[in-house]
Amino acid sequence: MIRDLELSILEILFNDSRTTPAQIAVMTGHSEEEVTAVIRSLEAQKIILKYPAMINWDRVEVDQVEAVIEVRVTPQRDEGFDAIAEQIYRFDEVSSVYLMSGAYDLMVTVKASNMKRLALFVAEKLSTLDHVLSTATHFVLKKYKLEGVIFEERRQDERLVISP
Amino acid sequence: MNYDRVLNSRVAQVPPSGIRKFFDVVSTMKDAISLGVGEPDFTSQWSVNDAAIYSLKQGRTHYTANAGLMALREAACDYLESRFGVRYDPKTEIFMTVGASEGIDLSLRALVEPGDEVLMPDPSYVSYSPGVIFAGGTPRPLVTRNEDEFRLTPQAVKAALTPRTKALILPYPNNPTGAIMEREHLEAIAEVLRGTDVVVISDEIYAELTYGGKTHVSFASIPGMKERTITLNGFSKAFAMTGWRMGYACAPAEILSVMLKMHQYTIMCAPTAGQYAALEALKAGRETDYAYVKEMVRTYDRRRRIMLDAYKQMGLSCFEPRGAFYTFPCVKSTGLTSQQFAERLLMEKKVACVPGTAFGESGEGYVRCSYATATDKVIEAMARMKEFVQEIRRV
Repeated sequence: MIRDLELSILEILFNDSRTTPAQIAVMTGHSEEEVTAVIRSLEAQKIILKYPAMINWDRVEVDQVEAVIEVRVTPQRDEGFDAIAEQIYRFDEVSSVYLMSGAYDLMVTVKASNMKRLALFVAEKLSTLDHVLSTATHFVLKKYKLEGVIFEERRQDERLVISP
Repeated sequence: MNYDRVLNSRVAQVPPSGIRKFFDVVSTMKDAISLGVGEPDFTSQWSVNDAAIYSLKQGRTHYTANAGLMALREAACDYLESRFGVRYDPKTEIFMTVGASEGIDLSLRALVEPGDEVLMPDPSYVSYSPGVIFAGGTPRPLVTRNEDEFRLTPQAVKAALTPRTKALILPYPNNPTGAIMEREHLEAIAEVLRGTDVVVISDEIYAELTYGGKTHVSFASIPGMKERTITLNGFSKAFAMTGWRMGYACAPAEILSVMLKMHQYTIMCAPTAGQYAALEALKAGRETDYAYVKEMVRTYDRRRRIMLDAYKQMGLSCFEPRGAFYTFPCVKSTGLTSQQFAERLLMEKKVACVPGTAFGESGEGYVRCSYATATDKVIEAMARMKEFVQEIRRV
């Protein structure tokens, strides 16, 4: 039961993190106190980490380039990939790090104000790290969809306004 | 040319849908929020669209068997068995229709002879009564009430039975009320029908959309009822596929073969691309344990609760609907009729709902508000309706 509520809350907040505990209480048929307690517990467990907005930066006049970098590394004894991953994700330029199966080990996304800065970061910081064997940098040209959200949705509500 | 002499008077005399007039007004208003929509705001899954596109690329642009693709009939029969516990034979007891709407029409024309009576709950979906008249019969609306949560009662059915009663239309989960009939309620209806030759046309198009821990019970699953039941269902509501116009009719072979004969002569077969789309919807559903359907149901349920909570705050009484995607609040306490309420709400607050009277006389005093609309719009519409009701009460 509590698990159902947790999943409902996560689904609702994932869709719109502005939804208030009072609104969630109405939507799920639980009390506001109960909902607030569950949210606190989800935060304490680091299940909910943050409440960001999803922004299409392409539509904002800012200088920013993004690249996806395939990184091959040598895993370390006892630490596996975690220690080297940490060495990478601590950089402010790095916006995400995934451990991957397949031809490379870590997928790193990096943001910088221009292409040169980004290239230098990879050349000087990333590829020089101990245990990094190789990198392959792919610049992001356009984002179409992120976390289920289509960035330039052309589809509108075309339903008849009244139907039986 | 004397058109009055040309046109079939029985058909010509049926008034146009009460929804039509309202539609014309709403469609001229740009920024109105419409709670008047009777179809999902979700779009069909892309894999479903893709299956239809692929079928076209494969050149599958021909007729199928009159009853529809055998693979689709088999999949639909498996679906009905696994979801609702009713088993039909894909060879002789099911065929694919152009929406469940075609199934309603064919059922009535297969059964009704001039002078026959067809029972149906009132308020109900707008097509039943005209369908009976088109078939030459007489509609017998059975009043359902708020205090019964708009269920059809066995007493009402029993009192209306005459030697001319040919069929009973059982449309649950119900449009416009959102009412459902649970097993015990269906069993009580079945008890009244046992020993008669009354056929039940069970329109179960909203079967997947039930809330509050209730699951749909198919009338044909009630012991002894399958032999007298035509089960109508389709893909429009369960899989958000209204525009595909894909439905199916199931019945004992003796009834179904007569319906199929009309389908053969008038329609030939349901659109082929639509059949491939429908097949994909069922396959994907089975493989994912109906994740897409369940996600829609969870979303609808939240909006349903938002509306019910809002009515409580407004002081409008509303029974808790557990099916379809409609709420049916009572607006009598505002002193307005259904029509006045809907018109003024639209003009003053730009929120469209449908007067209950569009669904039958006993819809007076109620309006139908659909929650098949984005959650933020539902919230905004409820805020506006609250203002409206407060302003009415202040005067």
